[in-house]
Amino acid sequence: MIRVDNLVKTFGDFTAVKGISFDVKQGEIFAFLGPNGAGKTTTIKMLTTLLKPTSGTVELDGLNPMLQQKEARQRFGIVFQDPSLDGEQTAYENMELHGVLYHVPRKVRTERIESLLKLFELWDRRDSYVKEFSGGMKRRLEIARGFLHTPKILFLDEPTLGLDPQSRNQLWSHVKRLNETEKTTVFLTTHYMDEADRVAHRIAIVDHGQLIAQGTSAELKASTNTESLEEAFLALTGESLRDESASTAEGMRQMARMWRR
Amino acid sequence: MSAIYILWLRELKRYTRSRVQIIASLGQPLLYLLALGFGLGPVFERAGNGSYVQFIAPGVVGMSILFMCIFSGISILWDRQFGFLKETLVAPVSRMQIMLGRTLGSATVATFQGVLVFIICLIAGLRPHNWATALPQAFVFMAMVAITFAALGTAFGSVIKDMQGFPIVMNFMVMPMFFLSGALYPLSHLPSVLTVITRLDPLTYGIDGLRGSLTGVWHFNFALDVAVMAFIAAAFLSLGAYFFSKIQI
Ligand SMILES: Nc1ncnc2c1ncn2[C@@H]1O[C@H](COP(=O)(O)OP(=O)(O)O)[C@@H](O)[C@H]1O
Ligand SMILES: [Mg+2]
Repeated sequence: MIRVDNLVKTFGDFTAVKGISFDVKQGEIFAFLGPNGAGKTTTIKMLTTLLKPTSGTVELDGLNPMLQQKEARQRFGIVFQDPSLDGEQTAYENMELHGVLYHVPRKVRTERIESLLKLFELWDRRDSYVKEFSGGMKRRLEIARGFLHTPKILFLDEPTLGLDPQSRNQLWSHVKRLNETEKTTVFLTTHYMDEADRVAHRIAIVDHGQLIAQGTSAELKASTNTESLEEAFLALTGESLRDESASTAEGMRQMARMWRR
Repeated sequence: MSAIYILWLRELKRYTRSRVQIIASLGQPLLYLLALGFGLGPVFERAGNGSYVQFIAPGVVGMSILFMCIFSGISILWDRQFGFLKETLVAPVSRMQIMLGRTLGSATVATFQGVLVFIICLIAGLRPHNWATALPQAFVFMAMVAITFAALGTAFGSVIKDMQGFPIVMNFMVMPMFFLSGALYPLSHLPSVLTVITRLDPLTYGIDGLRGSLTGVWHFNFALDVAVMAFIAAAFLSLGAYFFSKIQI
């Protein structure tokens, strides 16, 4: 379903992704793990038409996302690392807008919006403005929205960041359920190893833009002689801390909040 | 088509849901109309130019459309910061459709705002010379000014990356465009440098069209104003589409 071969991305003289290759099978849940700055988001951006790879090839459901952009976009859903909802519209309107942009026929749209909002326990709040939602509710809405157009692949970039254990747990249950009922291939990143261990069929570990290991959780533990995925991860990526440059987006969001008052 | 519609609708919702903002945005035109209209009125009349409220009202209508369009365009920045822009840019629709939906939405909202200000002008004493022709003609110019500057707003919103760019756009592009458009003073008997500049200002033709339609006093004429505005609208739409297509997220 996803085939990546020798993918490279350079920003100026800095190489964020250094020749990554992997395959994700149809219906699989694939976890892409790595410390901050490893190149996970950059890889997802290249898989989802948002960034042009410097070199290497990407194939999504047999399509080249750079050449067949629209067809490829119709086939995947994405939950970005940063929020991407319209706070000034209601939950229902956010879903509706997505459905229209993704050419979901009206009747299907109405039915799927209802069933997805019910599944993600947002149906009662469908007419509330998204700006009034908690972080967990927003995340659930984004994931529900990602499933709306019945994508073949769903990309989830740190979907549980900042959520409490209850929300995280529930969110992954829903994703697992939809992976089983709709056969959606799921490509996810997370910093919570227990989540990856529980949900993912297969795991790849990246560090400094390179893929350093891949396999099932059991295989990774066996190859590193460790008891848990967390230990395996630390054994593979080392204990040193990674600095992530402070994002300008966060600064702007703060300024925006001040402006709105 | 439906993508254009749903994004157009979003702009309308955003406008109608912020009632406070609608009222707030009527403050500035009202100030110009009352403070300048009545403040400079006596001088203007003594100079033999007739009623200043009558003269300035079309300018104030044009101004409110211009500002509304620029503010709407700048909202691309908010959508970028709050992330919603990504959602639209990764959808399986062309950038052109997204740009058109947003721009036509801003233009519709700005036209509506122009009509509101026009009604206020009527209350303040504006008297169209001939209701039957004035209203449809004025509406044509409001819509043209709205589309033109909504497209320019989209271009600005696509190019500038953070809020620091906003005062630059306002002080070096938008305000000069307003002050040099003949919105506040007649275009005849100006120093020649100013004559040249006012003729290069796209808003000039929109204001002249509005004023001519409403009061019957033209600096140019209907056909010229329509032709120039149509040309500038096409140019700015292309410009907006180009810069919007270059947005990187
Ligand atoms: N647009 C960009 N320009 C320059 N450097 C970038 C850009 N985007 C990401 N990077 C850098 O690439 C590296 C990988 O970033 P990213 O893919 O976001 O990491 P991850 O998602 O794994 O935390 C980081 O060092 C980051 O600073
Ligand atoms: Mg990331």
